[in-house]
Amino acid sequence: MKLIKDYELVVGLEVHVELSTESKIFCSCPTAFGAEPNTQVYPVCMGLPGAMPFLNKKVVEYAVKAGLSTNCEINSFSRCDRKHYFYPDLPKAYQISQFDIPICRGGWIDIGNKRIGITRIHIEEDAGKLIHHPLNGTMIDCNRCGVPLLEIVSEPDISSPEEAEAYVKKLRSVLVYAGVSDCKMNEGALRCDVNLSVKKIGQSRLGVRTEIKNLNSFAFIRKAIEAEYIRQVNTLERGGQIIRETLRFDTDTGKVYTMRAKEDAADYRFFPEPDLPPIILTVDQIDGIRPQLPELPDSRKKRYSEQFGISDYDADVLVSNRTVADWFEAVAEMSKYPKIAANLTISQLFRLLPADIEEIPLSPAAMAEIADMSGDGEINSSVTKKVLDEAYMRGTSPREYVRENDLAQINDPSVIQATVYRVLSENPALIADYRSGKTNVKKMLMGLCMKLTHGKADPVKMNELLEKLLNSEE
Amino acid sequence: MSFAKQNILGLSVTELSLALSEKWISSQELTEAYLSKIEESDGDLGAYLTVTAEIALSAAKRADILLSKGNARPLCGVPTAYKDNLCVAGVPTTCASKMLEGFIPPYSATAVKALSEQGAVMLGKLNMDEFAMGSSCCTSAFRLTRNPLDRERVPGGSSGGCAAAVVSEEAPYAIGTDTGGSVRQPAAFCGAVGLKPTYGRISRYGLIAFASSLDQIGVISRTVSDSALILNALTDVSARDTHDATLAKLPPIDFSKDINSGIRGLRLGIAPQFFGKDITREISLAVDNAVKTYNSLGATIVNVNLPSLKYALPAYYVISSAEASSNLSRYDGVRYGHRSSAPSDSIEETYICSRSEGFGDEVKRRILLGTYVLSKEHYSDYYQKALKVCGLIRTEFDSVFHQCDALIAPVTPTPAFKIERDFLSPVDQYNGDIYTVPASLAGLPAISVPCGTTSDGLPIGMQIICRPYDEKTLLRVARSFEAEVSAR
Repeated sequence: MKLIKDYELVVGLEVHVELSTESKIFCSCPTAFGAEPNTQVYPVCMGLPGAMPFLNKKVVEYAVKAGLSTNCEINSFSRCDRKHYFYPDLPKAYQISQFDIPICRGGWIDIGNKRIGITRIHIEEDAGKLIHHPLNGTMIDCNRCGVPLLEIVSEPDISSPEEAEAYVKKLRSVLVYAGVSDCKMNEGALRCDVNLSVKKIGQSRLGVRTEIKNLNSFAFIRKAIEAEYIRQVNTLERGGQIIRETLRFDTDTGKVYTMRAKEDAADYRFFPEPDLPPIILTVDQIDGIRPQLPELPDSRKKRYSEQFGISDYDADVLVSNRTVADWFEAVAEMSKYPKIAANLTISQLFRLLPADIEEIPLSPAAMAEIADMSGDGEINSSVTKKVLDEAYMRGTSPREYVRENDLAQINDPSVIQATVYRVLSENPALIADYRSGKTNVKKMLMGLCMKLTHGKADPVKMNELLEKLLNSEE
Repeated sequence: MSFAKQNILGLSVTELSLALSEKWISSQELTEAYLSKIEESDGDLGAYLTVTAEIALSAAKRADILLSKGNARPLCGVPTAYKDNLCVAGVPTTCASKMLEGFIPPYSATAVKALSEQGAVMLGKLNMDEFAMGSSCCTSAFRLTRNPLDRERVPGGSSGGCAAAVVSEEAPYAIGTDTGGSVRQPAAFCGAVGLKPTYGRISRYGLIAFASSLDQIGVISRTVSDSALILNALTDVSARDTHDATLAKLPPIDFSKDINSGIRGLRLGIAPQFFGKDITREISLAVDNAVKTYNSLGATIVNVNLPSLKYALPAYYVISSAEASSNLSRYDGVRYGHRSSAPSDSIEETYICSRSEGFGDEVKRRILLGTYVLSKEHYSDYYQKALKVCGLIRTEFDSVFHQCDALIAPVTPTPAFKIERDFLSPVDQYNGDIYTVPASLAGLPAISVPCGTTSDGLPIGMQIICRPYDEKTLLRVARSFEAEVSAR
């Protein structure tokens, strides 16, 4: 994004992530997505009189994992607090969250060469869902009530919509790696609030900030930041003032609208939850969780570059999704040519995979076979693509497919030579065109050569010879 | 052998347990006797909000089968009744508030389950101050409960229905709750034994919260031995409870064992802060005499000091109201309970109308007070300060319990007061809790035991307070006095 009139953008994000524990944060109800309304409820999450919360130990463990994965300090003492507000989707009229002493604080993650600070990570419970029905009016589904969430608050270190997106993507990648959340945005498992202000370049004082609530896609995060940046700059340029307020981003109009001004914002009356003892984490407990974490994307990326000779960019692409990375490592184990496998994965496999990669239907062994055949010059690039498609779509064995369809690369120099000679002798007009400067006819000639060999000739050797003959003075 | 009906009602739980297991009486007989007593006398007394006769009779039948097999637990077949803030699945549970009129919980409190597992027979649900806020039972939205010993006077509160029922023989014992004295004070006003165990001893799951950090389930009974027997049943299940995170994980203890072993060698503490200017001479004297009795039984009397107790009452009202304002937020008329039928344009208006109509004045007063002390502006001046006081009081109790094994104090500064005392300001009414709130703030076990009567014939209660989780000593000290007095 281009800056307008030297106004810098200052953004901090609050990311809410649903933890993938099997049961809720304060009771044993299941958390499965998409169940019939009010079928995953219990006196506790329904907030019935007399019901009491009991903290799910897994939630604490996951929060620690998230903290360790984002370089946070883990507080040995933290506690839960009540945050009060009235809303029909909040059965107790207070949310159990963490106010002044969160489980994790002071971490960071790197996006490219930039480090984004993480202020804190705390645990809290989700609210229910209101369903507006044309006949029955508004109904409440309490299945989500008590689903465990992490809130990850960043420092205001983000200075463009692209950085915001990169940060959330990186965060998502790390959390999926750590196994604490599937971060499925289409199921609402990752939502984001944006805190945004602008200031003139060089100014040290931050501007007045506004908050945009509840963005649930990368595109919306980007667009909302852009829209609010432009709005703030325009307001200031017109001599207006930014007021502290909470905004809503309308995905249809692409504009932000006021939800409530901060002056009449609720006083949440935070106080320590008396029904829950403090969360005490010993060094031993934290050290016990540390080895459960897998190798995280940054470290894998470094290793891929060193071990497989893959470019930083490619390594980054491969590690960003844990499913892909785990799969790729299996391929690299089996293949003589991990670098070719990496290229094939990025250039060919990604074309076939859906945007939300959950599993890869191609076996690592098949990919390794394809990479090896390609690396050994047994098949050329167009056949490689074909074999990969076949193996992906139909699970065909690459080697057998090549054999059965006689697709092995023609490497025999005499065959290549004969082919090139034949094409050139049949197309004197094209040679003349080439020599008069229309060099792009070479592609046409190359196409004819490949056609004659049914696409199986080694295109590199063929091209070399063709070029040599075209440029010779005969 | 068989008992005359009037004798049955006069028996203690310990005696009933024996009579049932020896098959001198059947649970059905006993239950029927209690049900007809309730029918006969509760119209005027007003202890019950709900009588569950059918449930009681079928429970009695089941108990009789268990008893006939000869392996029944001690409370099997013995009737009881619950304060109406304890959830019983399928039975109206109202907290004596219009707000919860018609609310039927889908689950039972752990304490209720504990007793029904033993084969206890539930007679019904007992009246209380609305949401346990009050010390007279007068803030109930549904009915007035009278003191069985003087119908013009209050039974105390908030577990007033419990004390009235137990003393008037409408229940052999009752389960109440104590936040700032709500079991001990009505027991003292009616002449019963009121036990508040240590905070964390009994699962609060299913107890409709007033002030979560102070609420504790307690027992009102006719004798100290009875309360030990009932405490056994309650702690037995609490030891296995996984719903109350504030529960101490302790192995079950037999509180009845050694209860009669006397108090020779024990050190009993007296603190001047428990004998302030508001206390009546009669009560002061009665407690003094009790102390003398203890001395004669072989206890050493030591003078101790708890200077911070002068802040206990305001700290208690700040903390309890703060938590109450939070706990009672959920009553918004959306999912259950009272919803205003007044036309409204917004959800906010529905909230406001429902809450304005559903809550009584005392509850509203405390919600307002609690909301105020938790507000951003006043949090540090009130709530945080009250927590500090609470910490100080705990520390002082800790050090006092190095000098003595139990504290002896009055329960209340005055005996049961007249029903018409609306002229008293809320603060004057709150002052009546001055001697019970210290143990609440410190989470200590305490018991109220009858120790005399006023010239008007009103009961006087003595309070015994012990170290955390030392209910054994507490009950032993209480029992030795009871035994001595009944032997006279």
